[in-house]
Amino acid sequence: MTRLTGGVIDHETALRFTFNGKTYSGRKGDTLASALLANGVQLVGRSFKYHRPRGVLSAGSEEPNALVTLRGGAREEPNTRATVTELFDGLVARSQNHVGPLHRDVMAVNDLLSPLFASGFYYKTFMWPRAFWEKLYEPLIRHAAGLGRLSGEADPDAYDKGFLHCDLLVIGGGAAGLAAALAAGRAGVKVILADEDFQFGGRLLAETHQLDGMPATSWVTAVMAELSGLENVRLMPRTTVFGAYDHGIYGAVERVSDHVSAADGEVRQTLWRITAKRSVLAAGATERHIPFPNNDRPGIMLAGAMRAYANRWAASPTRHPSDPVIIFTNNDDGHRTATDLLAKGVPVTAVVDPRDDAPTFGAYELITGVVDDTKGRLGLTSVRVTQNGQSRWMPCGALGVSGGWNPNVHLSSHHRSKPVWDEALLAFVPGKDLPNGMIVAGAAVGQGTTAKALRSGMEAAVSSLAALGISAERIDLPDADDTAAAQTAFWHVSRKGRAWVDFQNDVTVKDIVLAHQENMRPVEHLKRWTTLGMATDQGKTSNISALAVMAELTGKSLPETGTTIFRPPYTGVTLSVLGGGDTGKHFRPTRYTPTHQWSASQGATFVEVGAWLRAQYFVQPGETHWRQSVDREVLAVRRGVGLCDVTTLGKIDVQGPDAAEFLNRIYCNMMGTLAVGRVRYGLMLREDGHAYDDGTCARLSENHFVVTTTTANAALVYRNMEFARQCLWPDLNVSLISTTDAWAQIAVAGPNSRTLLSRVVDGFDLSNEVFPFMACAELTVCGGLRARLFRISFSGELAYEIAVPARYGNALMERLAQVGADLGATPYGTEALGVMRIEKGHAAGSELNGQTTAQMLSLGRMVSEKKDSIGAVMSRREGLAQDKRRLVGFRPVDKSEAIVAGSHLFTQGETRNTTTDQGWITSAAYSPHVGSSIAIGFLEEGDARMGEVVIAANPLEGREVRVEVVSPHFVDPEGGRLRD
Amino acid sequence: MLIPHPLLGLRDAQEFTYLGDASLLNRPDASSPDAAVAFYDYVYLRDNPAGVHRELWFHEQGDRSWLIVTRNTLTHEILNAELAFKSAVKSEVLA
Repeated sequence: MTRLTGGVIDHETALRFTFNGKTYSGRKGDTLASALLANGVQLVGRSFKYHRPRGVLSAGSEEPNALVTLRGGAREEPNTRATVTELFDGLVARSQNHVGPLHRDVMAVNDLLSPLFASGFYYKTFMWPRAFWEKLYEPLIRHAAGLGRLSGEADPDAYDKGFLHCDLLVIGGGAAGLAAALAAGRAGVKVILADEDFQFGGRLLAETHQLDGMPATSWVTAVMAELSGLENVRLMPRTTVFGAYDHGIYGAVERVSDHVSAADGEVRQTLWRITAKRSVLAAGATERHIPFPNNDRPGIMLAGAMRAYANRWAASPTRHPSDPVIIFTNNDDGHRTATDLLAKGVPVTAVVDPRDDAPTFGAYELITGVVDDTKGRLGLTSVRVTQNGQSRWMPCGALGVSGGWNPNVHLSSHHRSKPVWDEALLAFVPGKDLPNGMIVAGAAVGQGTTAKALRSGMEAAVSSLAALGISAERIDLPDADDTAAAQTAFWHVSRKGRAWVDFQNDVTVKDIVLAHQENMRPVEHLKRWTTLGMATDQGKTSNISALAVMAELTGKSLPETGTTIFRPPYTGVTLSVLGGGDTGKHFRPTRYTPTHQWSASQGATFVEVGAWLRAQYFVQPGETHWRQSVDREVLAVRRGVGLCDVTTLGKIDVQGPDAAEFLNRIYCNMMGTLAVGRVRYGLMLREDGHAYDDGTCARLSENHFVVTTTTANAALVYRNMEFARQCLWPDLNVSLISTTDAWAQIAVAGPNSRTLLSRVVDGFDLSNEVFPFMACAELTVCGGLRARLFRISFSGELAYEIAVPARYGNALMERLAQVGADLGATPYGTEALGVMRIEKGHAAGSELNGQTTAQMLSLGRMVSEKKDSIGAVMSRREGLAQDKRRLVGFRPVDKSEAIVAGSHLFTQGETRNTTTDQGWITSAAYSPHVGSSIAIGFLEEGDARMGEVVIAANPLEGREVRVEVVSPHFVDPEGGRLRD
Repeated sequence: MLIPHPLLGLRDAQEFTYLGDASLLNRPDASSPDAAVAFYDYVYLRDNPAGVHRELWFHEQGDRSWLIVTRNTLTHEILNAELAFKSAVKSEVLA
């Protein structure tokens, strides 16, 4: 145990957890990382490429090394940073990316092979021989890739999403954020204060600075007490604001119950969409390290993190309390770690500082020099210190490294604002054109002393509210330290050996040198060639150091070298929380047809059609294969009468004095001449001349039409019609409304349909003379229920579609089935519907796939020359007008063979390639009427090739069928049945 | 993004469906001798400015009005939003 005293943890509350199967004890307030350190555990993982032993580097979300897998089973959570994992009783964690035990990883052989894995090795190694890629390289890379593994099971936890609105969003709850939130909170505006940590206070919790002569934590406690009491302030701990989006919208993830072992009924995480009028970014700063040979051993960590572990978590970074600690720093801030650790009783033997004028602050040896090598494969044992050309090895159990601090500018550049170099701070700070309404405060803008952070936070809040026209009082701030830590630029130690820059992706100074030699010098090329900053930590601890090395190599300044900008998310966001609970059936609403209940009671199997669930076929007792059900339904329609819910077809009500003219312009064929009480088939084109939807148009009265669309295009057709009405022809007096959901519509099809309908209509004359094919009427049924009747047929039989208000749909279906029992009334589903429309050669989605034209559908003459309509002009252009492919039917020469939709058509004896391709099969089915497989499809000059035998090739399955070209009308080609 | 709907106030962009350049309002005259060329331009050619852009948005999950939104494509700042219907009527009167 290397647990110290003090800190912001509850020493009285012990929490048990396991790491790699071994049980340890931590304290309430610990992170997994601090608890492991307090137990003397330094080795926590393996690096990505070389499988180098690694320990905790940081104390925050920038952590590149300490990635672990939490929990188990379906809740297994890989690549979780131990440094931000709040400890709870019963936590189970495992290290990852090793084969065999952590301390004897078989894959560590990669480290010996490291010369093979230089910059760009993927591009250099896996290029040849070409044939090796699929069989060898890719499986190999896939096996080696990734750090932790996913469980492969569905996430069993609940996630949520929500919306929040505020006047001021404060991102980060350290000194600057707290001062901002307090000033705004007291002004009475709506404030949200979010911090990724589970405790507010930021670095104030990790430092020994005093505020008003008291420990900083006392001030934090008082401020939090006041903020909690303000109703206008919402405190959001454990909440990462991960992205700044347009118009003041921020994305945030709140880890609601990640920190408890069993979230009883609670959601795990919530995705928040925060709309903020103004924001203060007070995200603090991230310490950078100094690359030197073998700087990646467990026990080497950032000096500021070391201080945080000692001060906040009472954890020493060493394995044994007596192990000496050494600090390597180029700035005064690193010395603070030495004095703070000494105050905690941790033996700090030396501070190594390359600056000639380095001061000394305590009872430690100050060495003016550098650390340039280390020993201790599984945990640091000694470091080599070089001073004036003289090197010596010093025993060392933990080394704290500080190369200065980088402001956390990330969110400020989410709208492409480029950070700018500040030579005095030796860091990039937020540049121009920040996200609208954002002010950056505190260490995130280089105002890093406690006093400056407090002041800039408060001023940012006051300015933000002033911009909203609200005058906020300046608040009294506590007296605080205002000594800026002096530093001198020192980017890396030049010496033979591998010096890590990016720990997570194993990028060393050598790799950057090689990238430079290979001319990958722009920042973007450097990044991709070496994979620098492309790991899950996104280079938070490495990017700037790498730029500095590249700047040195190119002889340019850092600002000339440039920096990459940041994109959301700030830290990883799980797909589960992005789904926010809208998974599986909750992804979108399910639309049930009005007759759903009745269909279910009749044994329907349902199929998803867009958001709709439609009856696919109805299994009757004794039927063991879907084809039996479908064949029976088809024959029942053709011989008796069938019932099918067709509500899902789009219905658009078109009304107004100019309705007829409007529809003339919407449909390619003439619609305005349609007589009242009649229905006409209509085809719609896109403006580019291709066919896109078809359906019927019924004229109920002079100024009232009902348009039907395909199920799939219902929303699109309506949108396009509104576009035409509002944007193209606003002078036309016409109104539109979608009535798809308002009317239940049932197809009553088959020779007995008239007889059946006569039993439900209220004295309406259904005779062929009064109500012929393509007639429509408004009437009442079942004793006064208003209805619409259309004599239209998709099946080719005598058929009607009857519409009643949606809520009566189920009852009407029940009534029809009941009174039609003696007529053989049979429910049929979408499969039978599809078979019958193929038997009649009617186009549907497969024929109207967006690539076909009216001509190809043999409807070319429908495109009226007498009027303008959407797509008419473009349909006549060269290329479209000369397309010779025509929709025809096909029958297999050998009746026992089945034609497969998607097969391509070739002339017999011809070689088969794209230039000899003659067309394709769009739809195929088994026709119980014909007694074989049948199909329709587009064939070059198909209308002139009746009787020819062509090949329907299905190379995917290595099959082909010889098919005869026939008329697409397999049933009743003269159309006598539907006119009877 | 938030779109200031002229009738309904600030609405979330998720309620809208995007179409594109507002030049789609200017559908060519099919009876003119150069209709084929004019329609080719109308259907296929668009400006794609880095900066101020007038574009069409449909309030599909709302009042179903088509809006002309003037947006800076670099900053996503929305400078104006008006009913396409009114603009279309106006341009017809002017023509």
